[in-house]
Amino acid sequence: MPLAHRQYDSALVLSPAGRLDHDNCEAFREELAPHLERSAKEGTAIVLDLSGLEYVSSAGLRCFMLAAKQAKAQNSRIVIASMQPVVAEIFQIARFNLVFEAYPKVRDALASLSPGAVAAFDRG
Amino acid sequence: MRVRFWGTRGSIPVALTSADIRDKVAVALMRAGGRQFASIGEAYDFATQHLDFSLSHTFGGHSACVELETGQDDYFVCDMGSGARPFGAHVLARQSGRPATVNVFMSHVHWDHIMGFPFFGPAYIAGTRIRIHGCHDVIEQAFRLQQAPPCFPVEFGQLSADIEFVRLAPGKSHEIAGVRVTPQPQMHSGESYGYRFEAQGKTFVYTTDSEHKLENRAQTDRFVQFFRDADLVVFDAMYSLADAISVKADWGHSSNIIGVELCQMARVKHLVLFHHEPAYDDSTIEGVLRETQRFEELTRGTQALKVSAAYDGLEIDV
Repeated sequence: MPLAHRQYDSALVLSPAGRLDHDNCEAFREELAPHLERSAKEGTAIVLDLSGLEYVSSAGLRCFMLAAKQAKAQNSRIVIASMQPVVAEIFQIARFNLVFEAYPKVRDALASLSPGAVAAFDRG
Repeated sequence: MRVRFWGTRGSIPVALTSADIRDKVAVALMRAGGRQFASIGEAYDFATQHLDFSLSHTFGGHSACVELETGQDDYFVCDMGSGARPFGAHVLARQSGRPATVNVFMSHVHWDHIMGFPFFGPAYIAGTRIRIHGCHDVIEQAFRLQQAPPCFPVEFGQLSADIEFVRLAPGKSHEIAGVRVTPQPQMHSGESYGYRFEAQGKTFVYTTDSEHKLENRAQTDRFVQFFRDADLVVFDAMYSLADAISVKADWGHSSNIIGVELCQMARVKHLVLFHHEPAYDDSTIEGVLRETQRFEELTRGTQALKVSAAYDGLEIDV
């Protein structure tokens, strides 16, 4: 799964796309791992921009859970933004809405993280 | 083939409180809006057709006990949770004095799955034949232990029925009174076993107290094979997925989401959510059912999967 990324000041926006399921969840974890490590080292927060994610299975949700656990263990933050309606419903049914802070838009997520991040986003 | 649920709650029996009943009656009266009913039948129809199940009924509180009726004289039942007490009354009433043969299939011997046996009426009737099947080597020990002093006034050895313990080999099919029975090892503290029952061209799978590790693809494939093309799967859906893979990981239970996914992969026709969390009230269980039905819709492939929630007293013709 391609994992596009953009840096906004002290926040990193990662954008998984397509479907996240049993077939590609390990590849997604491998893509995510260096970003989580960097987040710990540099103190950056992560925004998962899910606007391009069409579907997530339980295996994909597990990847998100592991990322949330790692972020908590290393005292960093990981939040979610821009879920498509189907993915938002799946998050709700699986009670992942209780695991992650979720924001309607990436900008809202960045604003929750730091003034510098949202200022960098607004500058484009 | 008919499946009848005598106990559907997980871990420990629960009962509605007087406040629960008062609240249900009060809300039902509000919903009736002053309507008059000419007969109890009319009131019954209103309750069934116009009120939510969780308001007009209860999912019930007995721990695991599920009967499989095959049309044969022999009884088949999975687990001896507290639902074994009303199941026993049913057997006695139906037999009208004739001796019964009861085939019990034990998922495991945790207390909630054996606690009904000391109250299983047929065990006290001479001439009753009870064959307790399972894959563990501690089943007889557990059944005797819970009736040993000082836990219970009647020792196991005083029971009048002819009781036999039958060890089954996991992963192998066994022909028992016209039914093909295949036990499957499951992940649970002390291990548990699911059962696949095949008879008259129909398949019923009973799989409770079973945790599924999402990272273990081989385990997933093994369960898909175990469920393959089943007409009915009774599945441990005790926790939300988030709980099952985080704070309640390794507690030995599963979730509604995993139940739907496994059943979709195995092309199962009907999934029944089972082993309800004891902390959930009726409204919460009904909410979980609706969400699970919605999840099935969202993820449906070429074949629809019917999703129900088990309740004490539910009967499903397979």
